[in-house]
Amino acid sequence: MQYKFTKRSFVAMAASAVLTLGTGLPATASDWKPIKPIEMVIMAGQGGGADRIARLFQSIIQKEGLASMPVLPVNKGGGSGAEALRYLKDNAGDAHKVMATLNSYYTTPLRTEIGVDIAEFTPLARMALDTFVLWVNADSDIKTLDDYVAAVKAADGKWKMGGTGTGQEDSLVTAMLQKEFGLEITYVPFKGGGTVAKNLVGGHIDSTVNNPSEQMGFYQAGKSRPIVAFTPERLEAFPDVPTARELGHDIVYWMQRSFVGPKDMPPEAVAYYTEMFRKLSETEEWQTYTKEKSLISDFLSGDALQAYFLEERGKHAEILEAMGEGS
Amino acid sequence: MLAADRIIAIAIIAMSLYFMTHAATLPIGWSGETGGPGAGAFPFWLSLVMALSALGILARSFMKEPTHGRFFHDRAVRPVVAVTLALFCAIALMPLVGAYVALVLFMLWYLRIFGGHGWVLTSILTIATPVFLFFFFEVTLKILLPKGWTEPFFIPLYSKFF
Amino acid sequence: MEILTLLGDGFATSLSPVNLMIVLLGVTAGLFIGAMPGLGSVNGVAIVLPLTFIVPPSSAIILLAAIYYGAMYGGAISSVLLGIPGASTAVATTFDGRPMAQQGKAGLALIAAAVASFVGGTISVILFTVFAVPLADLALAFGPAEEFALVLLAFTTFVGLGGDDVLKTIIMICLGLVLSSVGLDLISGQPRLIFFDQPGFYSGISFLVLAIGVYGVGEVLFTIETSHKRQQVTPARLSLRELVEGMKAMARLWKTMSVGSFLGFFVGMLPAAGATPASLMAYGIAKSTSKHPETFGKGNIEGVAAPETANNAASTGSLLPMLTLGIPGSPTTALLLGGMVMWGLVPGPMLFIEQPDFVWGLISSLYTANFAAVVINIALIPLFVWALRMPFTVLCTLVLVLCIVGGYAPSQKMHDVWLILGFGVVGYLLRKADYPLAPLVLALVLGPLMEKSFRQTLIAEQGNMFAFVERPLSGLFLAIAAFFFVLPLVNALRHRLANRKLAPDGLPPSGGAA
Repeated sequence: MQYKFTKRSFVAMAASAVLTLGTGLPATASDWKPIKPIEMVIMAGQGGGADRIARLFQSIIQKEGLASMPVLPVNKGGGSGAEALRYLKDNAGDAHKVMATLNSYYTTPLRTEIGVDIAEFTPLARMALDTFVLWVNADSDIKTLDDYVAAVKAADGKWKMGGTGTGQEDSLVTAMLQKEFGLEITYVPFKGGGTVAKNLVGGHIDSTVNNPSEQMGFYQAGKSRPIVAFTPERLEAFPDVPTARELGHDIVYWMQRSFVGPKDMPPEAVAYYTEMFRKLSETEEWQTYTKEKSLISDFLSGDALQAYFLEERGKHAEILEAMGEGS
Repeated sequence: MLAADRIIAIAIIAMSLYFMTHAATLPIGWSGETGGPGAGAFPFWLSLVMALSALGILARSFMKEPTHGRFFHDRAVRPVVAVTLALFCAIALMPLVGAYVALVLFMLWYLRIFGGHGWVLTSILTIATPVFLFFFFEVTLKILLPKGWTEPFFIPLYSKFF
Repeated sequence: MEILTLLGDGFATSLSPVNLMIVLLGVTAGLFIGAMPGLGSVNGVAIVLPLTFIVPPSSAIILLAAIYYGAMYGGAISSVLLGIPGASTAVATTFDGRPMAQQGKAGLALIAAAVASFVGGTISVILFTVFAVPLADLALAFGPAEEFALVLLAFTTFVGLGGDDVLKTIIMICLGLVLSSVGLDLISGQPRLIFFDQPGFYSGISFLVLAIGVYGVGEVLFTIETSHKRQQVTPARLSLRELVEGMKAMARLWKTMSVGSFLGFFVGMLPAAGATPASLMAYGIAKSTSKHPETFGKGNIEGVAAPETANNAASTGSLLPMLTLGIPGSPTTALLLGGMVMWGLVPGPMLFIEQPDFVWGLISSLYTANFAAVVINIALIPLFVWALRMPFTVLCTLVLVLCIVGGYAPSQKMHDVWLILGFGVVGYLLRKADYPLAPLVLALVLGPLMEKSFRQTLIAEQGNMFAFVERPLSGLFLAIAAFFFVLPLVNALRHRLANRKLAPDGLPPSGGAA
């Protein structure tokens, strides 16, 4: 059975491979490369914002040839990412699995008992911070944050805020708003940020907390209006929209877009992926994308990233606790 | 036939009750706070409807004249059980020895032993199918099938085709 | 006339030799992917999407459109040949497609499906070309209350078809709805019905798992049992004469197909509704307006044509909210949307104004891809029909292997493969006991939509139940739903009255049977 792997003999290959070929090449520490396709686990279902951005990474990696093996996105969005977290936990030590995270990376283990401690996972790279803006329908009279607060109060609890689900990022911002201004808001969950945006423009809800990328199409068509940004500084895309901090209300909230690996990922693999994502963050495609979509491209890796994760987890625990008391 | 009807109805009732215990851990009533039914309401009440309907079938079966004819015929049911068991084994083996070994074993059993086909047809199909699966799913669609212990044998293939 | 010029430019690009090659390649690939149980356009599009950053965008769009159409045509193939709907949109196609195949008329059924898909696709693309922009506003008017009313309407057209044991149908609908609630509750964000603490249940039970289980494994088990007594499947043959006859038969169905096309386009256009309710409604309407409703479900060619026109029209229609509103109506359109974002296009009301090249390039690709799909599909039908002539044990082996691999592929979880085996055995037993399986599968598809929109409306309206009837659109849908629900009763009553020849003091004939 001395087959060479020419194209002509491929028919016999699957059978012969099992018989003739021994072990794969052992990985050397200095020059580690993935030996099989890299699985990119996505903590959300197909078509959502997190999925879209993960697939963007995949296509940039493929286009620029940043990895020697293909990157295969796999959606494990069940239970707000609980499924993905459990999966990563069960694959400790695997050098060919990375996970694209969002803020449910902290909130899901905090809100439900799934037996996952994110401190165990291997931090790889933080690619960007996504921003949040408060939106209303362009037909409404609300122009400023003060108008908004007055309108919500006048609605007497009937003000409808659309979002992507209790415990999701926008619901946390909503909770912060409620706490800061003493508002009563009816929170209506929808299936994704895009659907939320559409329902705002269709007049089925009164306001939303959306990422700029989700509202951009409607904003450009003059159908929705940004009121206030929950960022430390004004966003480049909306220079006229004040931040909440400017107006004297300290509400700042980010959505992080990072990658982590399973517990005990080999150090040489960690180095490989960190380098891959660092190169990715410098590509022109990524830079253009972050600019257009008002993302903050802020690369972070290693221990600094782990420290960031743990700090954020602490903050989210506080917010969630405050929400629990509030309702 | 009647006995089988009753057993199935009872099984459905048991299953509904199981669903209801699960659903009942969540709010099943009309929650005034959120202005609508709770998270468990939908599964709970539907399971109840299911249980009641199954009860109806059960009751109906006692009112009808017993019909003749049996649900299972020994001679016909044996191959069904055999195929089910073979499928069970193949699926259980998949994560251990990989899809390519488990499915080939299943096909060998089905074609050669169960189907009684000749070795020529059997070997053509058992070789062609995994090759097709590899090229269609893994190479073209980039969907990796479970490999289990056979993983090391595929590493040279990956470096060749990816 | 501006539209025609823009469209002409689009055609100039999509008909270049390179792009024609791409179309042929894409359609053929899509056809095979769609015909595979478990795989659909979403897999084809997902794999091609990254490639589209390497080829020029105009070719990329054409390739995507070709795969999209190819897979839609392909979905009908496994519905007819194997009785396994490859996608929820093809469930209604199995109702009559499968019986036709069993009577040895698989070729005819496939021709009907192909021609119907072509008609549906074409009418829909024309509607799209002309009305895309104004219709976007209608889609916006569609809130949760309207969604709920529409899903309920889809349900009643289906329940109204009846025929089976009522109690058993109710059980199957409830079971499907309960299974659809497994996973995460969207509204409260809590996990629910996580049986045995298996993490696999967090993502719910997917349609494909249930359909491959009951229609794939369950059907094979059922056939293994019955075939021990007698051969059930008549070997299929296809002659040129049959092809001609098929075309003639289809020509007589122009009314069914035009209803299906319009219905499909409008329902598919509504965000979140999509092609499944559309195909069901088309089937329901075809059956209830037919002179011989009793032949439906037993191999009536009209029962293949109606849902196939509607689901293809709806798949085209679902591109409308994606382009004009940025709302994906299905996983496939979600991926396409992602692709557009990566090309630097912003979906939304401005797209038609700012990026006319892209929009009209896409629309002209749809025409080209649709045409290529019908030609290639009909050319390949003899091959598919020939595949049915394999010895029964060989066919079963291959179907079972495909069920396992196809069930594993979408989620890549062994959990789903185990569920398929479980559903297969349970489906086999239920089928033997005369429980109808279609309501189970369809309830699983429609359930999440129904529950979610119901609760969203109530939350938004502070628990006001009348919100559903107060809103004009949803009120209208509910009225039609009520009509469909009553229709079978009225018909039954009339039949009974007519049979008893109760002449003068009987009920006046209702106008409902139109």
